[in-house]
Amino acid sequence: MGPIPTSFWRSLEELAETDDFKDYLHHEFPRFADAYSLNRREFMKLMAASLALAGAGGCTRPLEKIVPYVHAPEQLVAGKLLFFATAVTCGGYATGVLAESNMGRPTKIEGNPAHPASLGATDIFAQASVLELWDPDRSQAVMRGADISTWQALVAALSSKMQTFTANRGAGLHILTETITSPTLAAQLRALVAKYPLAQWHQYQPVNRDSAYEGARLAFGEALETQYLFDKAQIVVSLDADFLGSLPGHLRYARDFVSRRRVESRRTAENGRATMNRLYVIESTPGLTGAMADHRLPVRAADVGAIARSLAQELSVSRATPVGTPSAVPDAWINAIAQELTNTRGASIVLAGDEQPPYVHALAHAMNHALGNIGATVVHTQAVAAEPGNQLDSLKRLSLAMAAGAVDTLLIAGNPVYYAPADLGFAEGLRRVPLAVHLGLYHDETAASCHWHVPAAHELEAWGDARAFDGTVTLQQPLIAPLYNGKCLHQLLAVLAGELNKTSYDIVREYWHAKLSGDDFEKLWQTALHDGLVRDSAFAVKTISMRGDVSAALPSPQAEAPGALEVVFRADPSIHDGRYANNAWLQELPKPLTKLTWNNAALMSPALAQRVGCVNEDVIELRLSGHHVTAPVWIMPGHPDRSVTVTMGYGRTRSGRVGTGIGFSAFALRTAAAPWFASGLEILKTGRREPLATTQHHHSMEGRDIIRIMSLTQLRVANPAKEETGPATSLYKPFEYNGYAWGMSVNLNTCIGCNACTIACQAENNIPVVGKTEVTRGREMHWIRVDRYYEGDLDNPRAHFQPVPCMHCEQAPCEVVCPTEASVHNSEGLNVQVYNRCIGTRFCSNNCPYKVRRFNFLQYTQDEPSLNAQRNPEVTARQRGVMEKCSYCIQRIASARIEADKENRRIRDGEVLTACQAVCPTQAIVFGDLNDPASAVNQMKASPLDYALLKELNTKPRTTYLAKVTNRNPELGR
Amino acid sequence: MTQATQPTASVLTGSYTYASITDKIADTVLIRPTHWGWMVGMAITTMLMVLLLVAMSYLFARGVGIWGVNEPVAWAFALTNFVWWVGIGHAGTFISAFLLLLRQKWRTSINRFAEAMTIFAVAMAGLMPILHLGRPWFFYWLIPYPDIMNVWPQWRSPLIWDIFAIGTYIIVSMLFWYMGLIPDLATLRDRADKRWKQIGYGLMALGWRGEARHWQRFDTAYLLMAGLATPLVISVHSVVSLDFSFGLVPGWHSTIFPPYFVAGALFSGFAMALTISIPLRAVFGLKDFITARHLDNIAKIMLVCGLIVSYSYLFETFTAFYSADQFEIFMIRNRMAGPYAWAYWTVIFCNVLTIQTLWFKRIRSSTLALFAISIIVNIGMWLERFVIIVTSLHRDFLPSSWGMFYPTFWDLATLAGSVGAFAFLFLVFVRVLPAISISEMRKLVPEKQKGEL
Repeated sequence: MGPIPTSFWRSLEELAETDDFKDYLHHEFPRFADAYSLNRREFMKLMAASLALAGAGGCTRPLEKIVPYVHAPEQLVAGKLLFFATAVTCGGYATGVLAESNMGRPTKIEGNPAHPASLGATDIFAQASVLELWDPDRSQAVMRGADISTWQALVAALSSKMQTFTANRGAGLHILTETITSPTLAAQLRALVAKYPLAQWHQYQPVNRDSAYEGARLAFGEALETQYLFDKAQIVVSLDADFLGSLPGHLRYARDFVSRRRVESRRTAENGRATMNRLYVIESTPGLTGAMADHRLPVRAADVGAIARSLAQELSVSRATPVGTPSAVPDAWINAIAQELTNTRGASIVLAGDEQPPYVHALAHAMNHALGNIGATVVHTQAVAAEPGNQLDSLKRLSLAMAAGAVDTLLIAGNPVYYAPADLGFAEGLRRVPLAVHLGLYHDETAASCHWHVPAAHELEAWGDARAFDGTVTLQQPLIAPLYNGKCLHQLLAVLAGELNKTSYDIVREYWHAKLSGDDFEKLWQTALHDGLVRDSAFAVKTISMRGDVSAALPSPQAEAPGALEVVFRADPSIHDGRYANNAWLQELPKPLTKLTWNNAALMSPALAQRVGCVNEDVIELRLSGHHVTAPVWIMPGHPDRSVTVTMGYGRTRSGRVGTGIGFSAFALRTAAAPWFASGLEILKTGRREPLATTQHHHSMEGRDIIRIMSLTQLRVANPAKEETGPATSLYKPFEYNGYAWGMSVNLNTCIGCNACTIACQAENNIPVVGKTEVTRGREMHWIRVDRYYEGDLDNPRAHFQPVPCMHCEQAPCEVVCPTEASVHNSEGLNVQVYNRCIGTRFCSNNCPYKVRRFNFLQYTQDEPSLNAQRNPEVTARQRGVMEKCSYCIQRIASARIEADKENRRIRDGEVLTACQAVCPTQAIVFGDLNDPASAVNQMKASPLDYALLKELNTKPRTTYLAKVTNRNPELGR
Repeated sequence: MTQATQPTASVLTGSYTYASITDKIADTVLIRPTHWGWMVGMAITTMLMVLLLVAMSYLFARGVGIWGVNEPVAWAFALTNFVWWVGIGHAGTFISAFLLLLRQKWRTSINRFAEAMTIFAVAMAGLMPILHLGRPWFFYWLIPYPDIMNVWPQWRSPLIWDIFAIGTYIIVSMLFWYMGLIPDLATLRDRADKRWKQIGYGLMALGWRGEARHWQRFDTAYLLMAGLATPLVISVHSVVSLDFSFGLVPGWHSTIFPPYFVAGALFSGFAMALTISIPLRAVFGLKDFITARHLDNIAKIMLVCGLIVSYSYLFETFTAFYSADQFEIFMIRNRMAGPYAWAYWTVIFCNVLTIQTLWFKRIRSSTLALFAISIIVNIGMWLERFVIIVTSLHRDFLPSSWGMFYPTFWDLATLAGSVGAFAFLFLVFVRVLPAISISEMRKLVPEKQKGEL
């Protein structure tokens, strides 16, 4: 990572305001004569800017004579990557990242190791954000109704409005945003509301933290942020909380959590001293956390609360009479969990999911308090959201105001027309607003209903700031000037405040100029940009006091008709609440447990499907209190019975070429009264069928030795010695490796199945997407896939994940059968694929027992200019008819080798991080040199848990696995 | 099957002289008006051939993705067609070369068209692997040619062995066929009434004048070619079978494949010979030349080959269980009870059960029954290759990667088109060249007169 050339970007921003620069933008390629008239300094500026905008300008060569650099812009070396520390947000929460810039084009996202929410890892959304940036379907112009307009016209329109608001103190001015964690934005909004006291700021996003904040209000009297210290917890009880997959801070939580599950080191494993934490998950919709659990209990979302009550009762926390645990829950469970929690006071965590009602959170807080966990494993800080009010109430107020005709001007940053609860009549109300302005990346459903639409600048295009789950602030810096002249919310709010010409840079910097008190602001600013975080900006831990007995807050149990069905709403694991619907990488990413792509479905238990009489892909109609939607069925083992899960984000009508018209919208059923789950669902069969594209059709290991699983007890007792590999006999001489011999180890014990590796690989290696039809035909292209197997009964199976990249076999079956030597062994042990030499016989794929080879059956790599700009120039884009597969990121090895050669040394251990390894939140993937005895990968391979997949085939894979170890409570048996 | 035990039916019935044999065969080419059946056949096969051309054009434009192939089933129809067509070719070489060396007189009247069948079938077979390539325009990289980058094919790959096996086969078959045609081409040249026909046949006849020296050298060369072609009957399909048995895939990785494939090849080849000869002798009135005795003999060879194939099926199953290898056992179970079980049991019905009727003389002497059985065996042998390729691939080692193969329209179009193109070429052949060897048939006349037949 190079230092951050902030001055370079600043000069670009400044340049953007000069007449010369505007002129340049007008003529894509300024005539040489024009440039000639500039003085040398301006000329150099122009050249720098033109380079930075290479992506925006396209790649056509100018006809006129052009002049190369005389003095290259500082730090910019052709072909050399630059990394800029910034942050990407999801639901307002920031993840610190290092964005890779390839000659001015952002091409890849890496985690920022210094950032507390990342620690070097990222999730799938951060990885896919570069594709979002380059998405050709992004909105590209200011729109007034259906006509293209200009920013100046909008500014003029708003400015005249603002005069009215100055007079009436802002009555009728409403601003609707999603969750704001940005200190600058919050300050801007507060200033605006201060200036126009009658103006109102509303916040709403469909996946919000209302429950968590309300729960904290119940327990502590204020909306606090709860943070968990999983590295200090021995027992973790999750009440429907997906802390490994979706809770803010989940990357950090996953890292901390698995730090107490690592037993692979030879010393620990062989001396019977291994210890692990234990995870109990009471879960409605099966998720990543449940898949990782030592004990998982599927219960309906509505019953989680009852279990929380029983547990609280058992721990003598709550005086409220328990309402009786659902019949599905064995008493032994409650007793065992309570016993374990009591035994590990101060070293356990009880946490509730954001989808559970506030009182469950309150109970969890009370239990943590009673167990002495607060301050030890659970800490509280002030809320990360700048305004932690109830978002649903906020949206309700806005809807009422709109319906009453009280809204005169509405500024929307978000897509509420698509995702507002179905019963609020948001879209109807919006029609009554005289002036509605929408700011968004896409000309989406809301944009179509507004009078004005402003294309938003992407997070990688604009200045900004955002807070992570612990409050740490990251200053977001742009890597590229806005591709489509996008504006950010900062600028739009500045216009409302009457500051017409402020750039986002000015606004953010001004705010921090006031905040970062110190002698040398410039230095602090530079440091913050360089580090990717503002030092000491994390919120201080608050000492809290419980607000008496929470039992007062417990709702009286609601009677439910026997046999009533429940519907559960969840964010989609791949496209979240729909904001990533047009992201083809995410659409094609198999959802962790269902392995579905390109669709959502009504997920239900096998038993319910049998009762309803439907099978996978049958289309059913879901009816809930007057709302209805049709959805294909997907049977999900481990789903609680009498419950149906629908995920949000699909059924978009204006999303772009990728996301429009696929799946169904769960928002059609979601009401303000029951945002996360509701009882009274009716299912009607339609008799139709809709094909769904899944990447894995078989879920059982068929008794084969694919994922090795052992219990901690077995590990301690059996003292497993590493299997000795028998003497290898071969007609061929073994390869000799005098330099490096690369190898990989994948730790199945820490893999949480989050799919980040798959999408990081896709971004790094220019892997094309193929679309739903092709996935249906079994032609997805992912170089590293995450296999998911089920074990045990259908009602509550245990899920196991196994990431499968190329094994780089020492005796590779693919190499011997290739007739053209396109699949060859290289001098460092890699099994490389020479695309240019491949003629596509596909024998290698047939002969690969791991089926990791991917074939371009058609021309999948599209020649779309803006997508071309995203591609990694170090990796060939493949033609149709060519086989491809994981290369162990050979381009990264090559770069490291060049650096090492320059310094006349060997590549250091850890210097080459494959894309999958770098992104992994739990560091389950370790890559390195097998010729280096001290390398991390050799340590892993020395573990007694190490095994080779399909070892009996004698392929001698270089990628090996560490067996999964579970830590079940012996009292609960199986 | 020595002559002593031959049944009473002769390989040449009716009373023929040298001249009448020549008249009969040559007139089919030169004089006889076009039969309506031939016209109908031409119409249908032309349409199918056009379908093949369309399918190929679309394939070259879009890529193999227009077929149903996928991961894990990366090979399907194209390779099935390939093995099937190569197999069909084998009967021709067996009849013309192998039986020549064994001095089987009954081969005389069927060897010419059987060889034509070989060439057209191998042409169809040769097409398939090229169509199946991801980048067919680079097919020549499979051939060892000196290029400036000094890159050679990868010799350990069975696909390279295949190129040599098929290449040799098609060259030897063509030469053998053409050499046998030379005396007949001269006859046609001499009898042709139109100048362009005389020139055309004359050029192809290479100046044959029927001298004793010509005949002496011809017989020697023909015998030598037969000697050269005979081992190919064994080697070509053995090498084709290595495409599979060299692989790791359960269901492919088996040592019995070479003999199993050779027997299967002859089985399907003789079935195709029956499929062709029965309508041929009916339409062109060749029942005296292709007699019931021929059909009977072909049926008997089919029975023998079919029994070897059945034995192979049995042993494939046995070794799977005997190996105690979980993947092998699963493979055979999956074949018998998996999603493609229908294909497996159809194969058993076609190739094992149906041919048991050939034990009966009544069936062997019924042209209708033989025709039906030959069609059934053709279908069965195609499906056998489909079962070997697809059911082995679709569920191999890791259940996560299991999948299914469903053919698309273009898969079916390529198969149907190749059948059509084969039939088209054959129909052209019977109108342009003597479908039965005139010179060799004439040799039968004195033997018949001596009562040796």
